[in-house]
Amino acid sequence: MDKDDTLTLEAATETLTGAQMVIRALKDQGVTHLFGYPGGAVLPIYDALFKANDITHVLVRHEQGAVHAAEGYARSTGKPGVVLVTSGPGATNAVTGLTDALMDSIPLVVLTGQVPTHLIGTDAFQECDTVGITRPCTKHNWLVKNVNDLSRVLHEAFDIATTGRPGPVVVDIPKDVQFQTGDYHGPQAIHHRTYRPKTEPDAGAIARAVEMMAAAKRPIIYSGGGIINSGPEASKLLRELVDLTGFPITSTLMGLGAFPASRPEWLGLVGMHGTWEANNAMHDCDLMINLGARFDDRVTGKVSAFSPGSKKIHLDIDASQINKIVHVELGIVADATKALREIVRVWKAGKHKVQADGLKAWWKQIDTWRQKKSLSYRNSDRLIKPQYAIDRLYALTRDKGEVYITTEVGQHQMWAAQRFHFEEPNRWMTSGGLGTMGYGLPAAVGVQMAHPDALVIDIAGEASVQMTMQEMSTAIQYDLPIKIFILNNEYMGMVRQWQEILHGGRYSHSYSEALPDFVKMAEAFGCVGLRAERPDELDGKIKEMLSVRKPVLFDCRVDPTENCYPMIPSGAAHNEMLLSPDDGGEISDAGKMLV
Amino acid sequence: MHDTKIKLSDEVERHTLTVLVDNEAGVLARVVGLFSGRGYNIESLTVAEVDPVSRTSRITIVTSGTPAVIEQIENQLRRLVPTHKVTNWTDMKDGQKAGIEREMALIKVAGSGEKRVEALRMADAFRARPVDTTHASFVFEITGAPSKIDSFIDLMRPLGLVEVSRTGVAAISRGPEAM
Repeated sequence: MDKDDTLTLEAATETLTGAQMVIRALKDQGVTHLFGYPGGAVLPIYDALFKANDITHVLVRHEQGAVHAAEGYARSTGKPGVVLVTSGPGATNAVTGLTDALMDSIPLVVLTGQVPTHLIGTDAFQECDTVGITRPCTKHNWLVKNVNDLSRVLHEAFDIATTGRPGPVVVDIPKDVQFQTGDYHGPQAIHHRTYRPKTEPDAGAIARAVEMMAAAKRPIIYSGGGIINSGPEASKLLRELVDLTGFPITSTLMGLGAFPASRPEWLGLVGMHGTWEANNAMHDCDLMINLGARFDDRVTGKVSAFSPGSKKIHLDIDASQINKIVHVELGIVADATKALREIVRVWKAGKHKVQADGLKAWWKQIDTWRQKKSLSYRNSDRLIKPQYAIDRLYALTRDKGEVYITTEVGQHQMWAAQRFHFEEPNRWMTSGGLGTMGYGLPAAVGVQMAHPDALVIDIAGEASVQMTMQEMSTAIQYDLPIKIFILNNEYMGMVRQWQEILHGGRYSHSYSEALPDFVKMAEAFGCVGLRAERPDELDGKIKEMLSVRKPVLFDCRVDPTENCYPMIPSGAAHNEMLLSPDDGGEISDAGKMLV
Repeated sequence: MHDTKIKLSDEVERHTLTVLVDNEAGVLARVVGLFSGRGYNIESLTVAEVDPVSRTSRITIVTSGTPAVIEQIENQLRRLVPTHKVTNWTDMKDGQKAGIEREMALIKVAGSGEKRVEALRMADAFRARPVDTTHASFVFEITGAPSKIDSFIDLMRPLGLVEVSRTGVAAISRGPEAM
């Protein structure tokens, strides 16, 4: 049911139990999928769910998996992800996912059971201070002690999670409140006392942004996850802005897909493992147009040497992001869609023109940077290079319609970001801010639930995937044909790479010893297991994987010593990139301190 | 337009901020947790409900940081869901500080003879009044700007200062307008 349709339906109040209110509020909010795990303190809600036919509950195998699945669901649909877990360990297991969603601005509504109100504070069985623990890892949270507050809080929770800068919220519901009866109010009655996200751009700021863009000789657009979060319209407007101006564009990890990677204006990923052309353009530009990104340390490198000669425009829906890391000449606090619509409108209305000569010279410079071919690598006919594996996976999925990629965290994630090119938003789900190993497999479960007919691939590493691989069981239970493509280099690859570069090759505890036989393990779960060990068998095995209508665990044995380049070493600037192992490069003591 | 006045100074400044919040459960923990979680200082903190009908509380915080950090603190406080309003009383308005700041302290001094007489004389000069008196001690109540209380405490130190209890700062705007 569309959310807008429901707004007019629920004027009258009704008497329901707290548990019934939860299910009713979910329906009124248009929720169709719920990721959860039952336990003592949520049994009344599960009982109410038992009679609800129009909400699909996905039983995960660990609460962290529920939250990541909800994140994958949310990021691939634009709708909030909803989670239901029990008190105590149910809530604490959700904390990693909540923090992940907060860092990446993913709208989630997480409902936790709590011990009955008279036991709160007594160290009761499966009691924990859920609102205390989750306060710093949510956008907002509530403990509902009065059943008559419950429906209002639930609707507020959806409103706060999905508007302004999106994020996760927690509603903690004691068991006695779930049993009590009270008045249920529908979503239309919500008017929050204090929460007023600013989404409309200031007209003066838009005019100034357009002037700055028209005056720029060496501009670059640096777009981020805010464009994705604002909705598909923002991506359309971003494309229109590039059509109008011909400006080069790069993007953060979270922003991939907002602009088509096949277009000539696309410079590839920015930042620590970004392309030579993107990072040099960021460094040498005279105008940086940051659209929905937050000057994360993975992007800026050494802040004092970050794009020293440029003026900067920063569009963000969250005022606290402006001037947080990098001082900017112009901040625009607004929703990206609304701001971009205004920028495009004002640009057209004023018949603005770019600095054609300057821009031409700038593109010439960018083309010389492109000549470096910074993503190139030495292939092998003996070992599967991880870059080659991603390239083949990309090539062999071109005719598969909608393709959604999730990742774990590490080298494989960076290779995927560099080499698996996206044309559309909401197709790329990755843990950017928190860097959560174990994100990708459960996220793929959530994506596939939302898009049953699409091809969903978790590009994984053998270390990350072991953190949440019990969710393969969930994939089997719900008949979700996700593909888990493991770049198995028998190392925590990014840890190993840093130990090689920063710690004299002392590979302290980064070898993935005692690995399971992934093929047998896949079979034990009821999935299909495949393995590729040589480059010449890779295509055949990938095709086999894609032809199976079941979950597949693909053990792709890759060169264990390959490192991810290009790389901006810690503490260095954008124009001090390493392109290959031969580049050497001294890391400063200050750089070694960074993560 | 977002205020991007150039604030690139590295000098650490002390600022008094007031946050008007909905008085809901845990709201103080949100504010305090924001400071500890992001590594900001709290030099003093004063909290009380100020309107029982609209259930609003006023939290006044004295903090310190570079101008950029102070701006971040204000923005982060505004981002909290129960926040109505954030005001910085140290920012200048019409050539003077935007707010009036006062603090109350209870100060215990023990001693005899000359020191005891001197303590009473100083208290009189500072308009601190004794609220508890024994043969061996006084408790003074003093109200004023924090710097005035600092000075009084410094003067009491050699005269037998035993204990200090301070309320933290309360602040309000000059003129007829509310914050």
